Amino acid sequence: MIRFIIRRSLGALVVLIVVSFITFVIFQLAPFLSHSSPVYYYVGKVPFPPGSLQLKLLEHRFGFDLPWYQQYWHWLHGIFFGESLSDGSTNVYCAPPCLGYSFQQNTAVGSLIWQALPVSLSLAIGAATLWLLGGVLIGTLSGLRPGSIIDRVGMTLALGGVSLPIFFTGPVLLLVFEYQLKWLNNPAYASITSNPLQWLESMILPWIALAFLFAALYARLTRASMLETMGEDFIRTARAKGLSRRTVVVKHGLRAALTPIVTIFGIDLGQLIGTTVITETVFNLRGLGWLSVTSIRQHDLPVIMGVTLVAAFALVIANLIVDILYAFVDPRVRLS
Amino acid sequence: MQPQPAIDVHLQTEAPSAFLSVRDLRVHFPTADGLVKSVDGLSFDLARGQILGIVGESGSGKSVTSQAILGLHKGSSAEVSGEIWFEGKELVRMREGDMRDLRGNEMSMIFQDPLSSLHPFYTIGWQIVEAYREHNKVSKAVARRRAIEMLDRVGIPNPDKRFDDYPHQFSGGMRQRAMIAMALVCDPKLLIADEPTTALDVTVQAQILELMKDLQREFNSAIILITHDLGVVAETCETVVVMYGGQCVEQGSVRDIFYNPQMPYTWGLLGSMPRMDRTRQARLTPIPGTPPSLIQVPRGCVFHPRCRFRDRVGEACTTVHPDLEEVDATGHRARCHIDKHERSQIFANEIAPTL
Repeated sequence: MIRFIIRRSLGALVVLIVVSFITFVIFQLAPFLSHSSPVYYYVGKVPFPPGSLQLKLLEHRFGFDLPWYQQYWHWLHGIFFGESLSDGSTNVYCAPPCLGYSFQQNTAVGSLIWQALPVSLSLAIGAATLWLLGGVLIGTLSGLRPGSIIDRVGMTLALGGVSLPIFFTGPVLLLVFEYQLKWLNNPAYASITSNPLQWLESMILPWIALAFLFAALYARLTRASMLETMGEDFIRTARAKGLSRRTVVVKHGLRAALTPIVTIFGIDLGQLIGTTVITETVFNLRGLGWLSVTSIRQHDLPVIMGVTLVAAFALVIANLIVDILYAFVDPRVRLS
Repeated sequence: MQPQPAIDVHLQTEAPSAFLSVRDLRVHFPTADGLVKSVDGLSFDLARGQILGIVGESGSGKSVTSQAILGLHKGSSAEVSGEIWFEGKELVRMREGDMRDLRGNEMSMIFQDPLSSLHPFYTIGWQIVEAYREHNKVSKAVARRRAIEMLDRVGIPNPDKRFDDYPHQFSGGMRQRAMIAMALVCDPKLLIADEPTTALDVTVQAQILELMKDLQREFNSAIILITHDLGVVAETCETVVVMYGGQCVEQGSVRDIFYNPQMPYTWGLLGSMPRMDRTRQARLTPIPGTPPSLIQVPRGCVFHPRCRFRDRVGEACTTVHPDLEEVDATGHRARCHIDKHERSQIFANEIAPTL
């Protein structure tokens, strides 16, 4: 088991290195393709014309005149050991893990991400819990009695869920619960440690909006998986043992039916961190999605790189956790 | 001792004296294409300590019958009618809750494919313990000892170590042994084995059959052995029911079926057994055609579309459904329009020499 975890962790590390390299390459290519100096992407407007000595000096200060592998090394080195950066007028030290420094916003990328990450995590984890519970419950009930009223209502809801985009359900939720019923009074985000109640109040609608979309998907997945599992021979064996229906369904059926769901759940959850742009925009949350969109608009390259890396990191870690979890769930994985 | 196949097709409403008595059992499945009559009017009796073989091709209703006895169709769309008497209790109308107390306890079942029939995520030991604790209020430690004892009894080496293994870590034969241990853990009076050796190597098959016979003698339980392999029947069973198209076409003692079969389908089954002591051409005589549709069961005799002897009778085979008539007083019955004496002659002169 320990060997399995070590092997998977090493695998995840390799993936992370590859991801970091691809991120680096893409953002090296961007200035090259747009025929402008990478300096523009670092500090925003630069008064110096292309080819001028001052621009060359800036490029030298940032290390853009070095070969690409040295630049990559510097970037990685900075992430682990920190680095000193300067655009000529500002000198900053960026402490590890240094994801770069945004001269446009005069802030370390790390601190921008550090502010946005809790929002994204709250959003993703809360919504994931909701959709997992809701989706699996509806899916199980539907899968046990295909064609029943529960199944039809559940699957109609699911169809609605996957069909309605968040930029529709989100504003509708806001309209009903904040502006009409006034159950919530337009709360701003507060961290869970400083004000748990306000945190909950600010998160509940985004959770519902996001969970509705995914719960629909998970209900369908669980239904299909449950239908298949309940037709398996080992379910017949469980019934032949004289077990109660509840035991047969939960211990024997659901246990096997949920295994594929676990895999997809990990990927979905990991991917959601950093990609909930629409939800964050609709509910005015300053998460990673919002941060990446604003940085893209401002051509703030260091922030984009940082967010990409963190989002990829989240996905890889989520997958790693799922892999390890899966081995606990399915003994056949563990031993092969 | 001559086995006593006490077979009685008369419907009774009071409990019969037999240990297990199936009367006019019908299991129909409504589908979009029509009503599938998987079992249509099946009757047989079984005494305590006896081994009954149910033989027939795939789709003849063998497995559906066995699942009906265990009440596994309850809660599904299947329409089950007729009567199944088990120790004076009628099972077809019994409530699911009461049925559950019998399942795995008084009667249990072994399935064809032990790998898919065992839960892949739980250890062998856990699954046996679960079966035992469902019907016996004992501690986990006691149940564990019992499970290890059973694993040992069915011939699994190092049972205390293998207790914690998962099904995929067992070989096919070992898995079936574990299935048998699970089925027998509560000392059932009736064991239904649904093609228990079909998925196994031939060498393992014999061991498993031997094991089942041993255990049957030891616990004096009755066994219903469902198979399509007449060799298995000859080795283990005392009485036989031959099924075709959801109906019993012949029943009797194992001697009757092998030495005096009275139904062309049984002859066909006997001819389908490969004989290594014959020339290559004469080794195997397959039955032509395919099993009948259970939605549109052939008119007249179910077997007539594939019967080589139907021109010896004429019209009746295609129009009149033959009754399951007595061949002799010992309970040997067959469903065929050919005259009793003519059948014996056909078998003696035309069939027996080719077998």
